[in-house]
Amino acid sequence: MTTHPHAAAISVPSPARSATPLSTRPEIRTHTEVPDVPDPVIECEDLSVYYGDFKAVTDVSLAFGHNEITALIGPSGCGKSTLLRCLNRMNDLVDSARVEGSVRYWGQDMYAPDADAIEVRRRIGMVYQKPNPFPKSIYDNIAYGPRVTGMKVDSMDDHVEQALRDAALWDEVKDKLKQNAYGLSGGQQQRLCIARTIAVSPDVILMDEPCSALDPVATLRIEELMLQLRADYTIVIVTHNMQQAARVADRTAFFTAGVNEITGDRTGVLVEYDKTSRIFGNPANSRTEDYISGRFG
Amino acid sequence: MMTDTRTPAAGSPLRSSLPPGDPRARSITRGKPHHGERVVKVALRLSAWLSIVITLGIAISLLVPALEFFAEVPVTEFLFGTRWAPTFADATFGVLPLVTATAWTTLIALAVAVPFGLGAAIYLAEYARPRVRKIIKPVLEVLAGIPTVVFGFFAINFVTPNVLQSLLGLNVSTFSVLAAGMVMGVMIIPTIASLSEDAMTAVPQAMRQGSAALAANRMQTSLRVVFPAALSGIIAAIVLGISRAIGETMIVAIAAGSRAQMVTDPTMEGSTMTGFIARAALGDSRVGSLEYNTLFAVGLLLFVLTMIVNMISVQIVRRFRQEY
Ligand SMILES: Nc1ncnc2c1ncn2[C@@H]1O[C@H](COP(=O)(O)OP(=O)(O)O)[C@@H](O)[C@H]1O
Ligand SMILES: [Mg+2]
Repeated sequence: MTTHPHAAAISVPSPARSATPLSTRPEIRTHTEVPDVPDPVIECEDLSVYYGDFKAVTDVSLAFGHNEITALIGPSGCGKSTLLRCLNRMNDLVDSARVEGSVRYWGQDMYAPDADAIEVRRRIGMVYQKPNPFPKSIYDNIAYGPRVTGMKVDSMDDHVEQALRDAALWDEVKDKLKQNAYGLSGGQQQRLCIARTIAVSPDVILMDEPCSALDPVATLRIEELMLQLRADYTIVIVTHNMQQAARVADRTAFFTAGVNEITGDRTGVLVEYDKTSRIFGNPANSRTEDYISGRFG
Repeated sequence: MMTDTRTPAAGSPLRSSLPPGDPRARSITRGKPHHGERVVKVALRLSAWLSIVITLGIAISLLVPALEFFAEVPVTEFLFGTRWAPTFADATFGVLPLVTATAWTTLIALAVAVPFGLGAAIYLAEYARPRVRKIIKPVLEVLAGIPTVVFGFFAINFVTPNVLQSLLGLNVSTFSVLAAGMVMGVMIIPTIASLSEDAMTAVPQAMRQGSAALAANRMQTSLRVVFPAALSGIIAAIVLGISRAIGETMIVAIAAGSRAQMVTDPTMEGSTMTGFIARAALGDSRVGSLEYNTLFAVGLLLFVLTMIVNMISVQIVRRFRQEY
């Protein structure tokens, strides 16, 4: 052995040596190929969200570009999750939540009277902060979505395999598909949740701080996965981690909470939305500058 | 030494009570023994043992007269005989007529209570708005608090004439295992509904959100995610319902009838195990007589059956327990 004795000890298992070949993702991401104006899959216009009388988010106008990764950043409580849940009508599950303004999916109003929340969610899936697999087998977790939506698949086995491959999980679980999903590690569970979402063939995947419960290695694997998925899906990710936004996102929206002087309510507002390279390199707004340089939040 | 003179940090509980530098401030040796804690521990241990002692006591007090009974009547005749006539001149002690009556009332009760109880539980846990739930839950609890004697008379005065005879046009007499079982089912609806609802409410909200985000509707979420996740609790609820149905006495004593016969049809009258015990215990059988010991033989069988049901349920609950 000619290597330095410390070499092994300091080497961190690299996510690049994982099951998924590195060649499928660009080595170094430059944001130059991002068009100036997004080709919108989802567009919010003057979107305000209330919980009862409390206005959580006000007047957000934002377009999420096709096959782009858009990051939503900002301090805690500024309404990022609230906004994200509006994008696939998950706020319908909250009794007190009410939405004003419009959210359009390929030009169709999601909140129109004839729009069906179930149809919306079939096209726009969601991955949560804490991995939330069902207490079922790995296989049944993936097959759940296709089954409940009545998806026509030639072979469920093949479909499950493909979803797991797309989520870079297949090699780790192919021998234990019948085992309970709770036997997986946190990072694997989160990739299972992504695979489960992919299995219903959505158009858009929303992710609410998908890595905040994971260790750095698992986080890198998810980020790598997002960059792969970008070829086929539009992704919106809420993140606390600015490095993460800088690493994966094509565009970044920075939110903050404005305090209402009369009621004291903290209402989320969109401060700046631009290409990630601009937000982190040369932001137009001084509040963005303060936030990304760590002077606030 | 420097450390000895360093005062404890502000906010330390020791700071005010001891002068700085007092060596006791850092002492970790055992202080005064806590007698109070020991007393509480003994009391708690006693109450845990008490339940075991009482159970054993009941078993033994059943066992002694029951063994005397089995000294005179062979176990096989008791368990497999189809004629129950302990007071006749040519007394026979085949317990199957009582067992069939108990089986029928229990099954009928479950046929009523399981669908309605689970339906109510799913509605309350998954559909009802908080305000509706606040109204319905107390009503269910009132239902659970109605004395069983009232249910018994409800069976013969309302269910039999109005529901079975008029509405369904069935040819039943005043007493039938059908009427008794149905009313018993109503009686155990709250048990099953309330415990199942607790089990379903305990399933994390994250499961429902995960399901909804996969474009499942509310019914699919309830039946395919929440229900299986709560299954162990739901099974426990049903088993408790079964135990209550097997052991229920007053309703069957009033409404099922007193004729001990093999029940082959739910419109028949029948005497359940509990019904027999209730009636026979009112009689004046001499302590130690065969008639008296008969009571305990039936009681022992009841005890064993209930125990078997509970043991099976423990196994099932363990098997279906889901961690999330
Ligand atoms: N289900 C809810 N009911 C009432 N208020 C809520 C609910 N969810 C979030 N809020 C409130 O909305 C505001 C924004 O929350 P959230 O969207 O979770 O922010 P973020 O994800 O940026 O941390 C907070 O003040 C929070 O308390
Ligand atoms: Mg959030």
